Amino acid sequence: MKDNIRSKFNMYRIARNLSSVIRAVIIIGICYVILHPLIVKICVSFMSESDLYDASVKYISKAPNLTNYKMAIDGMEYWKMLIKTGIFSATISLLQLFSCLLTAYGFARFRFPFKKLLFGCVILTLIVPPQIIMLPLFMKYRFFDIFGIFKAIKGSPVNLIDSLIPFYIQSATCMGIRNGLYIYLLRQFFKGMPRELEEAAFVDGSGKLRTFFTIMLPSAIPMMVTVFLFGFVWQWTDSFYSGLFLTKNHVMASVLSNLSANIYSSYEGFGGSMNFISPGFVSMMNNTGTVLMILPLIILYLICQKSFVEGIERSGIVG
Amino acid sequence: MNYFKRRNGKLRLSLTGKEAVWGILFILPFLIGFFGIFLPMIIDSVRFSFSNMDVESTGYVLHKAANNGWEHYLRALTIDPDFNMLLINSVLSMLVRVPLIIIFSFFAATLLNQKFKGRAVARSVFFLPVILTSGVVFGLENSDLLVRTLSDVNMDASEFENFLNVSRFLMEYTNLPKPIISYLTTAVNGIYDIVVASGVQILIFLAGLQSISPSLYEASSMEGATGWENFWKITFPMISPMILVNSVYTIIDMFTNEANEMMNEIKTTIFSEVKYGFGSAMAWIYFVCIAIILLIAGWLISRKVFYYDER
Repeated sequence: MKDNIRSKFNMYRIARNLSSVIRAVIIIGICYVILHPLIVKICVSFMSESDLYDASVKYISKAPNLTNYKMAIDGMEYWKMLIKTGIFSATISLLQLFSCLLTAYGFARFRFPFKKLLFGCVILTLIVPPQIIMLPLFMKYRFFDIFGIFKAIKGSPVNLIDSLIPFYIQSATCMGIRNGLYIYLLRQFFKGMPRELEEAAFVDGSGKLRTFFTIMLPSAIPMMVTVFLFGFVWQWTDSFYSGLFLTKNHVMASVLSNLSANIYSSYEGFGGSMNFISPGFVSMMNNTGTVLMILPLIILYLICQKSFVEGIERSGIVG
Repeated sequence: MNYFKRRNGKLRLSLTGKEAVWGILFILPFLIGFFGIFLPMIIDSVRFSFSNMDVESTGYVLHKAANNGWEHYLRALTIDPDFNMLLINSVLSMLVRVPLIIIFSFFAATLLNQKFKGRAVARSVFFLPVILTSGVVFGLENSDLLVRTLSDVNMDASEFENFLNVSRFLMEYTNLPKPIISYLTTAVNGIYDIVVASGVQILIFLAGLQSISPSLYEASSMEGATGWENFWKITFPMISPMILVNSVYTIIDMFTNEANEMMNEIKTTIFSEVKYGFGSAMAWIYFVCIAIILLIAGWLISRKVFYYDER
């Protein structure tokens, strides 16, 4: 009897160990698939141009150096851009988060006329390819006006291109990058919350707004962190809207896409007598720039990861 | 529904009326954005697709296109040699890849939701594709020939041999029909594309999994349920809203992705060849296809979705 139990216990332990080994293998395998391109980028960023054409060099440069980083940091005005883009992206994604939270809660908890139709409109904003509205969007902010007010005061519509105002307007009105997705996600989340909480608050005399801010929002923290993270990352790497609204280099994304050309023109003549940009140089600069651009995002993600888990633990009542 | 009631001869809001007002106040940001910005732009775009545009120094002038305005649409569907093929191709590749992405991301989220050493690291790695494949980074990667040859995304000879061996093994030792085998092998072979495309979906599933209360599992384990039963009776129903979100998101992402050939074609038509009308018409035909597929998929999946709090 005792032996029987012991052997069963052993079997259980073996099965558990085996499953954790299999899990480890799968996870490491997938991690490799994901990390490989990044590793290649980092390796290339330490190479010099001759390493790229050397068949015996695959990952590790023969003479690793930081020249690429120095050039890229100078060429991008990295530190200035980092702060500027950081503040910009954070503001945008907070604005988006706020307006999307309000909208999502409205859709999740209230009954009003045309609700289904309006929610269909949310999905519509998400599935319309941005290329369709590119031209009208530009025209809209090139000649910006609200009911002819600006025309009446200043005599002509306002030109908002090359300022950051279009971004703020877009995100405060849930029209930023993939905001429909955020609304959808948050609505799904609020719908899954038990209604008893709000009813209890209502019985205790709390108003709608107060219920929303003091009861719903604290339990929605993990979702809010997720949405904030998405908003930040997509704003950070966005080249579509920044290319459309900004003609000068205001944000990191637009600086990065012109990086190699900019550096090449400022370092006139360092590549000998060539008058075209060598593909090796472009590749090195792009990779270094990309690494520099992704790095803050990874750090941010690692920080948010913590509050992500904490937020869930604090809101133990969910479900 | 009665949004109003009469009290002392005055018209006042009833309780449902008050609720409706609050609901509209909450969604006000979206209403302003949609009716103030989005809808006018859509209408403009439709107008472009039915007309020929002349750009002048002071602005633009629209002339009605031939065939009652349908010229560009007819040209895309009947004359243009590439359009129909591209359309069918993108629909087919979407149909193949969406189930794979959903299954993979659900699997990955379940893995990452378990407790093991180095979980934080694994999670951050799985989320990386969201950064690596978005916006400008993705554009640079695609234009970077050197790195693409360096990285193993493309199949080389030995990998191709492995690929053949796997197919042969499956054919000899299992009785699976051929289409399934070729589906599986292409899935395994395209693992990079699938993994990279499922970053957001993993996160959505993960958030969903973590919002399931542990007390549900405790209760069912007390009653003697196995892990398998727990999965199908608790995890799956609770996560089903997220499956709907993810399917919708994946379909949209596949279609509007910058790597999508159709998107590229539209972009070059509008901005490089400066054919606003023709490009807009192509975009609209494409959009109608997306909408139809989404409606069908959404309808099929939402019949199975379970909401914890139905009203």
